[in-house]
Formats: sequence, C-alpha cells, structure tokens
Amino acid sequence: MTGAEIVFKVLEDQNVRHIFGYPGGAVLPIYDELKNHKKIQHILVRHEQGAGHAAEGYARSSGKPGVLLVTSGPGATNAVTALTDAYMDSIPLVCITGQVPTHLIGTDAFQECDTTGITRPCTKHNWLVKDVNKLSSIMHKAFEVATTGRPGPVLVDIPKDIQFAKGKYIKPKEKNNGNVNIKFNSNDNDINSVLELIKKSSKPIFYTGGGVINSGPKATEFLRELVSLTGFPITSTLQGLGAYPGNDPQFLGMLGMHGTYEANNAMHDCDLMINIGARFDDRITGKIDEFSPKSKKIHIDIDPSSINKNVKVDLAVVGDVKIVLEKVVSAIKKKDPNFANSNKQNIAAWWDLIETWRKKNSLGYKNSNEVIKPQFAVQRLYELTKAQDTFITTEVGQHQMWAAQHYKFNKPNRWMTSGGLGTMGYGLPAAIGVQVANPDKLVIDIAGEASVLMTMQEMSTATQYNLPIKIFILNNQWMGMVRQWQELLHEQNYSESYTAALPDFVKLAEAYGCVGIRANKPAELDSKIAEMLAVNKPVIFDCVVDKVENCYPMIPSGKPHNQMLLGSQDEEEKISDEGKVLV
Amino acid sequence: MVKSAYSFATKKEKIENHIIVVWVDNESGVLARVVGLFSGRGYNIDSLAVAEVDKKKNISRITISTSGTPQVLEQIKLQLGKLIPVHKVANFPANKKTLLREMALIKIVSAKTQLVKAKKLCKKYKYTVIDSTKKSYVFEVSALKKDIDQLLKKLQPLGLASVSRTGVVAMTKGSETFK
Ligand SMILES: Cc1ncc(C[n+]2csc(CCOP(=O)(O)OP(=O)(O)O)c2C)c(N)n1
Ligand SMILES: [Mg+2]
Repeated sequence: MTGAEIVFKVLEDQNVRHIFGYPGGAVLPIYDELKNHKKIQHILVRHEQGAGHAAEGYARSSGKPGVLLVTSGPGATNAVTALTDAYMDSIPLVCITGQVPTHLIGTDAFQECDTTGITRPCTKHNWLVKDVNKLSSIMHKAFEVATTGRPGPVLVDIPKDIQFAKGKYIKPKEKNNGNVNIKFNSNDNDINSVLELIKKSSKPIFYTGGGVINSGPKATEFLRELVSLTGFPITSTLQGLGAYPGNDPQFLGMLGMHGTYEANNAMHDCDLMINIGARFDDRITGKIDEFSPKSKKIHIDIDPSSINKNVKVDLAVVGDVKIVLEKVVSAIKKKDPNFANSNKQNIAAWWDLIETWRKKNSLGYKNSNEVIKPQFAVQRLYELTKAQDTFITTEVGQHQMWAAQHYKFNKPNRWMTSGGLGTMGYGLPAAIGVQVANPDKLVIDIAGEASVLMTMQEMSTATQYNLPIKIFILNNQWMGMVRQWQELLHEQNYSESYTAALPDFVKLAEAYGCVGIRANKPAELDSKIAEMLAVNKPVIFDCVVDKVENCYPMIPSGKPHNQMLLGSQDEEEKISDEGKVLV
Repeated sequence: MVKSAYSFATKKEKIENHIIVVWVDNESGVLARVVGLFSGRGYNIDSLAVAEVDKKKNISRITISTSGTPQVLEQIKLQLGKLIPVHKVANFPANKKTLLREMALIKIVSAKTQLVKAKKLCKKYKYTVIDSTKKSYVFEVSALKKDIDQLLKKLQPLGLASVSRTGVVAMTKGSETFK
C-alpha cells in the first residue's frame, strides 16, 4: 500500500465520513487517492482556517473527531488559529498536513515550514512521519490521543515522499490505557467526601462547564439526575450551556463576566461550590483574591493539571465526568434517595436569597419600537426556532454574549462558540461543519458584522454543498464589544472600532448564490425570521440593530462577583481608575 | 500606569529552586516539548542534562534545574505528565534529601607555580587530571553546583581558560526510587 492509501485506510477504520480540506503540492498524492474512497466525503473550503473551524463545529455537534487535510507551508500556518482554538476549548481534531519531501526538509524548500515546531504548543501532540511503515500506527494513535482524556487537536505531518512510498498497514491496537486514557484516578473515599460536603452545605451551587458536554450524553443525564436529587441551584459556563436545560427553575443562567446577577452572587456567597468540568477561567472568577471567599470547593475534572491551577480547591476528584457523576448519583440513591425533600428546609433560606437576586432581572433591557434591540432579536429568534432541534454557533463579541444570555439550550452539543481563544470568524465555518454533521437540522450562526467578514468566503462552500446555514448578523456597524470597553474604560476614545465601509450583506449573499434578507424595524422582525426559516438555502440575514447598545450585566474591571454592573445607570460609580487597568 | 486587558498579579509568591526529572521516550521533538513548557511561561532553565538511560525501552532521563513559584512549578509538573512521550515526572527537592552532582571540565593555562596552586585547590573535591602539558591542566571535577561555582571563582586568577559543565543530575538517597 502507498502512504496515501494507508491514510485513507486509517480514516476508514476510524469511521471517518467527512474531511474538510484544501489541496496543494505537498498533499497531492493524498488528493489523488480520494477518488477511490467513496465513503469519505471531502468538503472543499475556501481557506484552511475555515477547514479547521468547520471540523470543530462538526466535532462539537456530533461527538466525533473532526478531520482536516491541508497542504504544507501556508496551508499549515492558515490552520494554526483553528488548532489553537480547538486546543483552548478541548475539541478533538485530527489535522493531516502535507510536508515537503524528506530529503528537502530543512532546506527552505518551496512551501516548507516547520509545521510540527509551529503547532507544538497548540496541539496535544504532533508527529512528523519519517517512515511509511509507522504511518498507520501513528495515525491511529493520533485519533486515540485526540479523543481520549481531555480531548484536543493533534497533527500528523506527512512528507510527500512518504505519501508515495509503499509500506505496511497495521490495524489499530486495542485501546491501551496509557496516560492519555484517564477514566477515574481518584478513589471511592473521595465520592464519600463529596456526599459529606453535600449534606453539610446550606448554600450550595453546581458550577458546570464544557467538560460535561465533552464527556458525552451520559454525563448530561447524570448531571440532570444529580441536580434533581439534591435540589441545588446550578449555573454554567459559556461552554457548558445545554448540559442542563436553560429554562429549568433550578438553573440560574450563565455565570462570569456577562453572567446573570443571581449566578454570580450565588457563586460569591455560596458555602459549597461543586465545579464539574469547568476550569476557573479568568472570565469566570473575576478578581481572583475575592473569588467565592467563604466556600468549600470541589473540583471534578479529567485533567489533573486543571486542579489548583487558578483556584485552590478543598477536594479534587480526577476522572471522566460521566464516571464520577454516576458514582455520586448512585451513592446518593443508595444512601439517601429522599435527600432533596429531607434537605429542602436546610437550603430554603438560600433559595429565598437567590430569588431576591433573580428579581433584579439582570438580563432585562429597555425595548424599543423604533430600532431593533439586539437582545430582542435573539429572543425572537429563540421563540421562533425553539420548537425545532436547533444548532447555534456564534462569532465573538457582544452578539455572542447576547446569544448565550437569551437563547435557551435544552440539549448538549447544540451550542458551538469560541470561548477560550475568542476567535472572530469562528461561527460561519463552524456552522458549515455542524450542518455537514446534521444535514436535516436547523443551523444558525448568530454573528457580528465585523467577525463574520473574517471568514465570509466560506459562504461559497455552503453554496457548493447545499448547506442551508443561516447567518444571522446582529449588525451594529461597530466592533461592539471593543466599543463598549472603550466607552467604559478608555474615556470614549473609539479608536478604530467602527467599520466605515461595510458591504451590503444582502447583495453579498446574492453574489455568493445565497439568499439575503434584511430587517430594519422591530415590527418586521418576526416575519423576516419566518422568511429566513422557510428558505432551504444558505441565508445571510442582515439584522440592523441599535448601534450603541451595551452588553449587561457585566462584572467590571477588577471587581469580584458581587459587584456587578446591571445597566448604564450603574456605570459611572462602579469603575474606578484602578479598575480600568485590570479587566 | 500601563493599560492592560487582564488583571495584574496581586500577590508576590516566593521563587524557589527545583530539580525536575522527566523520563521520556528518546525521540525527536521530545526535548522541545518539555522545554517549551518552561519557555512558554518565560521561565529560565538554569541547567539541563539529558541522556538515554534505558536502551531497550528507549528511555531518556532529563534533569532540569529551574526556579519559579511552587504553584507554577506544580502546574508545569502536571502538564509534563500529560505529554504523550513522557513516562513519569519527579520534583526532587533541592536539599540534603537528594543526591545532586554536577561534573565540570576545567582548563587552566599558566605557569608551573600557578598550575600547582590550581591543583591544590581542586584537592578539596573529587577530581582527576585528565590532560596535562607544561603549560596547562584539564581537571575533571564532580561536586555540588555551588562548590563548583566557588572553585571556579578561586581558579579565576590562576589562569582559568575554559570551562564546560554538565548541569546538575539528581537521584534519591537510600534504596528508594521514583515509581
Ligand atoms: C481574530 C480576532 N481579532 C480581534 C479580536 C478582538 N475582538 C473581540 S470582540 C471584537 C469586535 C467584534 O465585533 P462584531 O463581530 O461586530 O461583534 P459585536 O461585538 O459588535 O457584536 C473584537 C475586535 C478577536 N476576538 N478575534
Ligand atoms: Mg458589530
């Protein structure tokens, strides 16, 4: 078998059905072999970053690893942003890159770059294949590393001569349990300690993250069971949305910099914090010295290096979320199946307090009959799509936060957003990947006009493959999130945050062979959204919204969780000079 | 004050010296991976010693001497443990509980009387003369880092011409080994 044939044999044995890619000199032998493998569909993107984000969207919405195939040099460097994005958000990707022939490596050959060197800090592991007989075992290992433990991107760099060379194919080994395959590294005493802390607490909260989603659908089920067995309130990070139903009364909404008043105050005042698959990110903790000062903290995570990284915890349980939660749930059921009822009195005062915070209605805003408020647009989009199984991606900025706040998710894997890296241009290609993995589902990118221009070229991909994605742009003409910070922190010096020459998005849609729709007034919003949903083609929806709306609530710079800004009337007093440097 | 998009560190943590030992697959790129976890944080490596220690299993032992805050070093250790080619990681305390050694090759070029003086100074340590001419000596000295530092300072006026040091290597005392 040639190296190129081995590549496809591995992909077939790994049950890969789709790859996202872009050809070039150093991968031509692999592209040549594509025609012999009808089971694998190649999606031709328009930029390698798009291939990477599409593979991410595919992975996050399907639970399977995303695969991308790019050429050497610029092909590889173009993929770096997506690899880094996947690394930060723990998304399993397998990136195959072509490389110049072995004998030319290190000679500054045409389209040569040190791909494994460049991607070393943004992959879980990478390999430069120098022997065709090792190609199959390396590639199988690559899939294993990407998908086990804390998932993440891996890269296999294959020189062109290796793609031509003849070698042996070796079937994948049975899964080994090396250090990449952590299941449960704590002991059952820790589970008992969790139960003890749960029993003792009178102000508990679950703080859940993307780890619950990554652990698979079972983890979500156990989480829901656990929350109902305890009667405790639950909040979620940006990445964890959907693991627990967004419209359930025990759910306090998202926490963090733009999280709800009740979620952040409950995090601050609790006496027990149970972190499940989240990582105490700085957008979550706010000022770290004043983060939840009175609580005992439990941290359940598959990644031992996440424990005590940002916040010291009292009890760490290292393991796969679904395994740990299953143990906790069955222990409660065995020892105290009626716990939620018997403990109700114990946490009643806590719930009362939470209700007073809830009454602030921190996601509230002043609606208008004249201009479309961005929050209103997301709410209408939610109301008009919630009956369907809808998948949402986003770009990065205010619109992303409004989507997280106002769109309610009831299922995991329905919400794809770039959280760790915050990559503008993520949402459109990600939507393509989501649609490829879920051909009959409704897929919407809630976008900002600035972000979406960074990867707009992928509309051409959507058209080519009849992927009816909906790009719902909250068009405020500003890099809204930048403008907001400049307003609040930089004396309203709006330096370079306005895009003076935006394209006409409706015409742009038409140029790409898609459908363009524009909504200008609140009164026409519903009918225009309905029009969008009725089209079985890719759509760019130009939703013209209030230009200067700010995203609230907000934990201002250098403040702890219990000192949030709720709206414009709060702004002046709360951000001190010292705070301006923090954030 | 400079404007920053993130918070500043409010607590100054104590910087400590640590010896980190890593057992890795002897393959290309592995050293870059290990070292990258230090350089990516702006941590300097004071010394680094690597060599294959198990030919059959293809395993190399890396000894890194570095300094940093205990919390960050603990994190680096955990992250090292996650690297695919890494088998195990140990943090050796840089104190009397650990056996620490460094080897140095020291060349002195000077007149006879100076050379004799130099040799005398070396006697305090485990040393051998591995090369000698009328005008020069090359000593091999094996000792603690700080002792070699001291010795070199004293040799300076006696015609110290060239120094090569291996960096520190470490081992536990007694019958114990790191599992
Ligand atoms: C690639 C990239 N460059 C720069 C930034 C910094 N940034 C964060 S939000 C933002 C503005 C986004 O504007 P838009 O897409 O219009 O969204 P809005 O905030 O207006 O909703 C910028 C420039 C980023 N996150 N990603
Ligand atoms: Mg905008």
